[in-house]
Amino acid sequence: MAETAAKKPKVRYPEGKIVVFEKWCKRCGICVAFCPTGALAEDERGVPYLATPDKCVLCAQCWLRCPDFAIIKGPEIKEEE
Amino acid sequence: MGPKSPIYDYLRYKKKFPTVWCPGCGIGTIMGAIIRAVMSLGYDKNDVVMVSGIGCSSRMPAYVDFNTLHTTHGRAIAFATGIKLAKPHLKLIVVTGDGDGLAIGGNHFIHAARRNIDITHILINNSIYGMTGGQYSPTTPRRAFAYTAPYGNIEPDFDVVELGIAAGASFVARTAVYHIIQMGKIIEKALKHKGYSLVDVISQCPVLYGRLNKMRSPVEMLLWQKEHTVDIKVAAKKSPEELEGKYIVGIFKDDPDMPEYVSEYQKLIDSLKE
Ligand SMILES: Cc1ncc(C[n+]2csc(CCOP(=O)(O)OP(=O)(O)O)c2C)c(N)n1
Ligand code: SF4
Ligand code: SF4
Repeated sequence: MAETAAKKPKVRYPEGKIVVFEKWCKRCGICVAFCPTGALAEDERGVPYLATPDKCVLCAQCWLRCPDFAIIKGPEIKEEE
Repeated sequence: MGPKSPIYDYLRYKKKFPTVWCPGCGIGTIMGAIIRAVMSLGYDKNDVVMVSGIGCSSRMPAYVDFNTLHTTHGRAIAFATGIKLAKPHLKLIVVTGDGDGLAIGGNHFIHAARRNIDITHILINNSIYGMTGGQYSPTTPRRAFAYTAPYGNIEPDFDVVELGIAAGASFVARTAVYHIIQMGKIIEKALKHKGYSLVDVISQCPVLYGRLNKMRSPVEMLLWQKEHTVDIKVAAKKSPEELEGKYIVGIFKDDPDMPEYVSEYQKLIDSLKE
């Protein structure tokens, strides 16, 4: 598989309920603004992270709204062969 | 080695990401909704064809791992018509911008709708020509600003839903990127529908339309969509004054019984063989 080296997204919070891929995030602010529970916050660079994991109710708003596929549901993660 | 979500099976993520779209552009969110609809319907991705013309929205086929075709400006529906006639078992999804689908491609659109050919047309309506730098389009509202309407647009805009119904499409709906759950459900219904299914999706172009119309951030534009859309069921109880300046969202027409073009064509072939 010659392609595997290219642009592999980096996992920021592999153990979390949601995962943010920094490489694809364009810092649009949509996920943080529309998270209904306030679980997400922006770091100093404007990149979102799950600041309060306990608040996350896995409502799907952030990963459905993300225009860049940069947020996915944690348990959906599977290791690639 | 690396993480993987099921949705990545439908993306050309090894080569093409991140996307070219500006931060907070609605096109990516719509792309996610289309892929999730295909996933939830359980379609084999090899049976899905996405066809586009030219524009920011027309870059979508580069990123999805369906059969894809990126054609010339305004002509996506013509190419899709050919594919559908040649291989009727394929599911055809056409994505156009408002310029691509209603200005240069307006003629293809009304005639495909009139024929009621089994194509799902997702019209990504950002009220502006994004790719070419912010000229006004057939859906730029009157008095809104564009780089070619620096004093405000003097033209009235098309109502895409009324246009689709009048032209003869058998499934016609409107939704908005803000209404993320509704958008997913409507796209799913549109894909399942046999016949021409048109979905007018109100989307945001923050860097051109937003900047010129006092909505600088994607979040502000999404909140604008929230405030300026009314669900079709709620709208039925409101007066025309209350609906002034609002966009009604929901399914306006869903008629499974209208004759579909490819089926009619096949019937004709069969009858001539007898
Ligand atoms: C025949 C032809 N005419 C004009 C153009 C220039 N052009 C490229 S994209 C575009 C309009 C894009 O606007 P829209 O379809 O609304 O899509 P958006 O970029 O907003 O997604 C135009 C006029 C072209 N590429 N080809
Ligand atoms: S899944 Fe819902 S609650 Fe959890 S971070 Fe995303 S938007 Fe917030
Ligand atoms: S110019 Fe507008 S429509 Fe095009 S990618 Fe940027 S925000 Fe999206």
